[in-house]
Amino acid sequence: MNLHEHQAKAVLREYGIAMPEGANAVTPAEAGQAADNLGGGTWAVKAQVHAGLRQKAGGIHLVSSLEEVRRIAADLLGSRLITPQTGPEGKVVKSVYVEHAVGYTHELYLAALVDRSASRVSFIAAREGGDNIEERVASEPGSLLHLVIDPDRGIERDAALALARKLGLNDEQGEQALAIMSATYRAFFDLDASLIEYNPLVVANSGDLLALDVKMVLDDNALFRHQDLEALRDEDEVDPTELEAQRFELNYVKLPGDIGVMVNGAGLALSTIDLLKTHGGEPADFMDIRPEATRDQIAGGFGLLLKNPKVKSILVNVYGGGILRCDTVAEGIAAACRDGNLKVPLVVRAAGTNCELARKVLVNQGIPAIFADTMDDAAAQAAQAANRGGG
Amino acid sequence: MAILIDQDTKVICQGFTGAQASYHMERAMTYGTKVVGGVVPGKGGRKHLGLPVFDTVAEAVAATGADASAVFVPPPAAAGAMLEAIEAEVALLVCVTERIPVLDMVRVKRRLADSQTRLIGPNSQGIIAPGRCKIGVMPAHLERSGKVGIVSRSASLTSEVVEQTTEARLGQSTSIGIGGDPVYGMSFVDCLELFFEDPETEGVVLVGEIGGTAEEEAAEFLRSHPSAKPVTAYVAGLYAPKERRMGHAGTVNVFGKGGAAEKIEALRAAGAHIATSPADIGATMRRALKN
Repeated sequence: MNLHEHQAKAVLREYGIAMPEGANAVTPAEAGQAADNLGGGTWAVKAQVHAGLRQKAGGIHLVSSLEEVRRIAADLLGSRLITPQTGPEGKVVKSVYVEHAVGYTHELYLAALVDRSASRVSFIAAREGGDNIEERVASEPGSLLHLVIDPDRGIERDAALALARKLGLNDEQGEQALAIMSATYRAFFDLDASLIEYNPLVVANSGDLLALDVKMVLDDNALFRHQDLEALRDEDEVDPTELEAQRFELNYVKLPGDIGVMVNGAGLALSTIDLLKTHGGEPADFMDIRPEATRDQIAGGFGLLLKNPKVKSILVNVYGGGILRCDTVAEGIAAACRDGNLKVPLVVRAAGTNCELARKVLVNQGIPAIFADTMDDAAAQAAQAANRGGG
Repeated sequence: MAILIDQDTKVICQGFTGAQASYHMERAMTYGTKVVGGVVPGKGGRKHLGLPVFDTVAEAVAATGADASAVFVPPPAAAGAMLEAIEAEVALLVCVTERIPVLDMVRVKRRLADSQTRLIGPNSQGIIAPGRCKIGVMPAHLERSGKVGIVSRSASLTSEVVEQTTEARLGQSTSIGIGGDPVYGMSFVDCLELFFEDPETEGVVLVGEIGGTAEEEAAEFLRSHPSAKPVTAYVAGLYAPKERRMGHAGTVNVFGKGGAAEKIEALRAAGAHIATSPADIGATMRRALKN
């Protein structure tokens, strides 16, 4: 689960992470009031959406009068911000974060994340932070510094200070970096984070380290023990179809194509998409049915494919086994098609437990499915059907 | 010989009386697995599926001599259950539980490093030595005893590989699902090492997917073991969007790592026989074994 910048900052401020003072606002008047309360003469007004690279997209403005704060807030609020991370449709700005603008001499990068290859939490850091961090690291792989943390030992002073020196920080800034890393590590475990990223972490004109922007992602699997954080979820940031799919306990990701896809298992779903692509098809989604899925959940998921106006054919690829039976999937599909709303070709490949029964269920209920014996054949037929439908 | 398990492996089940555990352990018993009991805190002294239930893993091990445990405990208590089994020095843990908090797994993994216990999973379909022993939730009707070792991150794709290697009359020595979570027990490398030492295994199928660097680490291992057995590799997710989490398959790592194309290239360069389509994995393995 992603947090907004203002939420992440509020949470991390409790841990003593040094950040500029700020406040969140949902109206231009509130934004002006926030700036007035903060005092000072320059402020940053920042659009709150779940996406990075906001500055170049016009989502972050530095202003030096209260009137300007209100005007920029009025422009941003309700507008759609399009950054390279939002997708072409952009994201609606529902609030703006107003904070003290801070002059700085240097932008660093610092993040804590779950390091899959070490099976531990690691800090990664770079001397040059900012929007172009990914490109810079790609062209200069050695520029990314790593510090793997042993969970039995936590942050070790010497290792943290050595990292700070490699970032070009002096002794006093090194102590500040150590404090930031220690607090971040504590927050990471307390809150079950999977990413806490400061980009940039700046050396302010005063010489002090400050986190200017924060990105924070929480582990969805651990939200059961963080009811307070669960309340920070912003459902408007999630695609409505994906939100509906969550109700049916399906893993669903919307894709730009025209072939509806339903598969059991993430690996099989990924390779089904790969096969569709090699046959010239364009998947409209990634849908992974869990083994425990009920007939009704499958019907709900299939309904989402039927509702997508872009879909020109549907491919169902199920391998029954364990708890999941092919006939359950067939029953779900039949239930979803009951009102005669299947208007596009449906290709079904069913193998494993009760696959014959699945065919029978679909035939008996009058569902005009095209049966394929292999997933390769199924993908080819679904791609052909979609491309024919597209003329 | 299979790896890690055989017909004599004595298995207990943690979370034994749950619906899923009951269903799958009963099927394992029918398959011939030597299930010797279960552990459910607070239910010690009862019987379930005709077998004794214990309060703790230590008691179960003392009474039954179990050397493996199937962990079916729900996410909030799953890590605690694994830590208890590690403490009791159970040789092999197979955890099928999905959706365990990742930092819980960081703690479990830390304890594993100091122990002799091996962990398969979590979020694994389990391990099967056809005709001898099955610990997990996989269907078992297509498995045939044979010469191919399978190690896979994907349960659903493993079914495809089992079907194809059975149809190709190769059969399987042992099939292992290492699970789909970001922090997990045995890796591709751990399994490859055992398969290379196992006289019954003549070739290995490795099924990977996007996210993490486990495939790259496997490639590195293959590079340093060039004369070993043929390895066929398939990696799913070549066309997955980079910024999204696809079911359990991770997002591509920060800073561009974890894409399928890079993994395939690393494995190919290390001498693995690459199956470009999931439908060709069995045939690719058969060709590799003929050479």
